[in-house]
Amino acid sequence: MPKGRGAYRALVQRKKLVLLALSLVLVLSVIADLGLGPARYTMREVVLALMGSSEVSLQISVVIWDIRMPVALMAVVVGAALSAAGAQMQTILNNPLASPFTLGISAAASFGASIALVFGVGILPWAIDYVVSVNALLMAMAAALFIHFMSQKRGVTVETIVLLGITLVFTFNALLALVQYLASEQALAAVVFWTMGSLTRATWPKLAITAAVMAISLPLFMRRAWALTALRLGDDKAASFGVNVRWLRLETMMIISLLAAVPVAFVGTIGFIGLVGPHIARMLVGEDQRYFLPASVLSGATILSLTSVISKSIVPGTIFPIGIITALVGVPFLFSLIMSSRRRSW
Amino acid sequence: MVATLQLTDVGVRYGRQEVLSGVTTPILKGGEVTAVIGPNAAGKSSLFRRIAGLLDGPGNIRIDGAAASPDFGHVCYMPQDTSVNTVLTVYESVLLARKQGAGRKVTDADLEEVDRVLHSLQIEPISFKGLHELSGGQRQLVSLAQVLVRDPKILLLDEPTSALDLHRQVEVLALIRSLAKDRGICVILAIHDLNQVLRVADRVMVIDAGTMVSCGPVDSVINPSLLQTIYKVEGRIERCSRFCPHVIIDGPLARTSV
Repeated sequence: MPKGRGAYRALVQRKKLVLLALSLVLVLSVIADLGLGPARYTMREVVLALMGSSEVSLQISVVIWDIRMPVALMAVVVGAALSAAGAQMQTILNNPLASPFTLGISAAASFGASIALVFGVGILPWAIDYVVSVNALLMAMAAALFIHFMSQKRGVTVETIVLLGITLVFTFNALLALVQYLASEQALAAVVFWTMGSLTRATWPKLAITAAVMAISLPLFMRRAWALTALRLGDDKAASFGVNVRWLRLETMMIISLLAAVPVAFVGTIGFIGLVGPHIARMLVGEDQRYFLPASVLSGATILSLTSVISKSIVPGTIFPIGIITALVGVPFLFSLIMSSRRRSW
Repeated sequence: MVATLQLTDVGVRYGRQEVLSGVTTPILKGGEVTAVIGPNAAGKSSLFRRIAGLLDGPGNIRIDGAAASPDFGHVCYMPQDTSVNTVLTVYESVLLARKQGAGRKVTDADLEEVDRVLHSLQIEPISFKGLHELSGGQRQLVSLAQVLVRDPKILLLDEPTSALDLHRQVEVLALIRSLAKDRGICVILAIHDLNQVLRVADRVMVIDAGTMVSCGPVDSVINPSLLQTIYKVEGRIERCSRFCPHVIIDGPLARTSV
């Protein structure tokens, strides 16, 4: 077999192996996550309970399936969604610092959700979770559209977009503070806890909705894998390949806002996954979207699942809000990433 | 079938500002190489981007006798700026170009074509280097590979040899020449070196200050008067001992003669 073709096939095999390894780590992390909590179970007990074996007590089965499973899977799905959103944001904005968190999409969603939490509780108390989500989604889309249209202007550089994102973060944080100032004591507590980000709010319906958003978004991205990869060669080149650059960007931005807003609406603000996940994926498999996107999804899911494990392990019996952990672990990680990756491309 | 391209009164507008106007050519046929020359910022790149469908503007572009739609199919454009910061290998980036609009699955035929193009440009040794690790000249060769792998009928090359050493320049231009001939590709090439133009091109189009000044066979367009009016230099066209024409520059145009 000629060298080029053979070497390419070997490269593809290696990328597939990386995806498989990431999947394995994710599965192990989820099992560990299921075993941890006020009562600790061994890996064997967890696996037996998952297989529906009669060897484990009913109590363990109930705890694992009904209480811990939605939380553990929510970590996986939210991590995956935020990381996929970050990966595509970095792709279409040609910017290594782009992520829903750094460009204000998460802050916008937080603001939208807080409005619903503070002012909407009394109106539709039975559907408050969904009002919160819809509000978060609408604000996230507005912010995403704003970033998108500003990035289309002539002379707008990568740096301008980041600065624009920072202004959005400040603006929405100020608005969030205003809402908190106006909120009743009870609503204020809800908003504050909510902004910390916590997976303990996970329920099966919320999990199903987040998973559905993923199930719709990922195939849309995968269908455009070649075109999205081509964007990274530059707009002119992508357009000359027949890619409708403008439309692809707009469409991708809309899907990103959906992917970023829904998790924020359900579990609160969780930062850094959307930034760190894609960077790890890029280092592992490069930027061919056929592997980059699945790798981003898997690394985002794995990081958040591992973070969930950490949040339960720091003080046994206590679950720290996961948003705090991701920020604390994410910052030094991101720092080391930036320092080491300067030698490479981004 | 040999590809043809004809421009009638083609222009480019950025908003209200007209940066290029009145470009009219005879029918440019496959197998021919047309060089586009002119000073910096004359509008050459705008013309290329207009033909490639990346810019709007007045005028008619007819490919194979039919008015071209925005999706030109086999019109392949190599932009002047080849800088990238993406984490892709050379091989992946060339395959990527091949797979645009051509089905998701990578076939043996795709890989064979990538191998063939990398071989023809002699860049196999850097096939699995990252794009961000390449020198300017290597990037230009990869960029060229990306257009060649798309099986072009009309090939638009915006200064494809500007970062190459002399040896590579000569090689790449010879390759372009032979590709045009063997595969019936209609090549349009922006290039500054007039001696290279004399070697490689059949026809020359001169663009200056946003308009087409002339378009015709190489020996009739490149003359001392062109050097004076367009490039503001004194020069001659002389034949060497092998009877090949060469541009010899004597110096900048004397102020008095302007």
